Amino acid sequence: MKQVLIPALLIAWPVLVGAQDFSGNFAAEAISFPNPARFPNQLSDDLSLSFQPRLVGDWNDGDDNWSIELFMRAGSKDENRNHNDIRELLWLHLSGDNEWRVGINTMFWGVTETRHLVDVINQIDLVEGIDGEDKLGQQMIHLKHYQDWGVLDFLVLPGFRERNFPGENGRPRFPLVVDDSQTIYASADGKDHVDYSFRFSQTYDELDIGLSFFKGTNRQPELIPGLGATGQPVLIPLYLQMTQYSIDAQLTTEEWLWKLEMIYRDTKARSYLAFTGGFEYTFYNIFDSDINLGSLVEYSYDSREAPLRDIFDRDLFIGARLAFNDAQSSELLAGYVVDTEKGSRTFRLEASRRFGNSWKGTLEMQLFPYIADDDLLIVFEDDDYLLLELARYF
Amino acid sequence: MFNSKIVIVSIITVLLLPTVLYAQSAEQKGLEIAIAADDYDKGFIDFTANMLMILRNKNGDTSTRVIRIKTLEVEGDGDKNLSIFDQPADVKGTALLTYSHGLEPDDQWLYLPALKKVKRINSRNKSGPFMGSTFAFEDLGSQEVEKYSYRFLREEACGDWQCYVIERFPEYKYSGYTKQVAWVDKEAYRLVKVDFYDRKRALLKTLSASDFKQYLGHYWRPGKMEMANHLTGKGTTLEWTDYQFQTGISDRDFRSQSLKRAK
Repeated sequence: MKQVLIPALLIAWPVLVGAQDFSGNFAAEAISFPNPARFPNQLSDDLSLSFQPRLVGDWNDGDDNWSIELFMRAGSKDENRNHNDIRELLWLHLSGDNEWRVGINTMFWGVTETRHLVDVINQIDLVEGIDGEDKLGQQMIHLKHYQDWGVLDFLVLPGFRERNFPGENGRPRFPLVVDDSQTIYASADGKDHVDYSFRFSQTYDELDIGLSFFKGTNRQPELIPGLGATGQPVLIPLYLQMTQYSIDAQLTTEEWLWKLEMIYRDTKARSYLAFTGGFEYTFYNIFDSDINLGSLVEYSYDSREAPLRDIFDRDLFIGARLAFNDAQSSELLAGYVVDTEKGSRTFRLEASRRFGNSWKGTLEMQLFPYIADDDLLIVFEDDDYLLLELARYF
Repeated sequence: MFNSKIVIVSIITVLLLPTVLYAQSAEQKGLEIAIAADDYDKGFIDFTANMLMILRNKNGDTSTRVIRIKTLEVEGDGDKNLSIFDQPADVKGTALLTYSHGLEPDDQWLYLPALKKVKRINSRNKSGPFMGSTFAFEDLGSQEVEKYSYRFLREEACGDWQCYVIERFPEYKYSGYTKQVAWVDKEAYRLVKVDFYDRKRALLKTLSASDFKQYLGHYWRPGKMEMANHLTGKGTTLEWTDYQFQTGISDRDFRSQSLKRAK
């Protein structure tokens, strides 16, 4: 359906009445993997293009708003990365202390850097990045209600978005390719299961806190071994139902940010507790310059038995953030994740700056300096990569 | 006839009096002018305006930012301010919300449209440059009387007007300045010029405001502000347009969670 919808929307755009603002970006992305691939047919470099337009408008003196945001990638050697998505196709209605949102939307809940436990409304757009910060649009009816004592969010989520996975050429990937034509749902309703969520959030002076509840299809599938169409071994996604209670909190002082995300997730198969917590301390105007240096420490925990845990199960993240505060908005975030049990270490760096008034360059580096043999990450050991993106904003 | 003691005391008193009076009156007069200026601007309720920011480096290269500003007056506390970025295009939709609290730390939230995320941020960055310009956050922040102590220096002509010249010493933490010298016109308390002295007490920057216009028959706002950095040779021009007062915006438009729909 999406294959039809996006061209249709593109054609319809100029006639969409009341279109007040058109913005977005075109980007070219190059990736290089210096080490030989671990699995056959995996790419060693890649070049692809993306387009992310956004169109918004309003009527009724701004009480009614619409927004459309699309994402498209093309040209990658990994076919699964060449995809389109509707990030937003939304009607927003404001009425006093209520905000109604109906349509497709992308949202973000949570505070920590290392992982996003509380943020379960949208499916991850995994082929866009392994950090979970790119997400697929989710169909929803969302009511946000403001009171002096807090903000309430009520969400009904009809229809489920499956996670996308790298194809056979994709990198990094698991030893077996994920075959999503055989996707299994624990619920008899399959991908039509209607999920719902509720959230309370409030600011108490220096403390911002959120309590959320989610009941529905777990966005994170179990991957079970099976056989593909030609009898080759594959991984088949299995989506379980889950109930999740979560808390996210941030304490903000002049130099410190104290952050915590904690979930209790019950998937019938098992229930467990997980958290990520830590701090960011900022040194301002280092060496009498305009540069601010943030130091970040976060620890992640997962209560499940060893083979069933997340990658971030007993992991310590130590990082640094540089904000140059220059005219180009130059920024750099880099850090190590150390598995405190197995000793594995991964390194990640993200940097960006503006060129002129409308270009932006981004550099991303992911390294796997040491991975223990019994670590799930061992299959990514040779997947160090360097990514460069140049985007033109309009 | 004369009590010599009284004479001596009187002479000493007469000798000391001018200095004591002068010292008191310079600080009191400075404070009085600041209070009068603050009172003059009270009751605006709210305003919105568009700000074009032009950054210049010493080679003359320029880059621009377009920011929409909404300000809500809060009685008994600092103002609430919302800045929405239209340009540069890569930060379009970014929104910065500030609840000013005078001498107490401000509350600040930033909406990042690329991540669709509202992030509470540290408010300590007072002396840091705003968007890479020669304006620091503290130069653009809500100006409450208690944020400074004052000293009246003199009166002198400033362009077409007569100005009070007063020194302001930041009382809030983490200021990048030891002192500011401000020229405020006597008629309507328009802030015409400010010299900023850095932590080494050297003249760092000069702000010049011009093209003042009156709104609602009372409130004056500059159409143009120029901030020159004397050390780096960089400069920033702010061009203010489309000032509107008492637009009916309310607390509802200044909620951290509604930043996503700010426009």
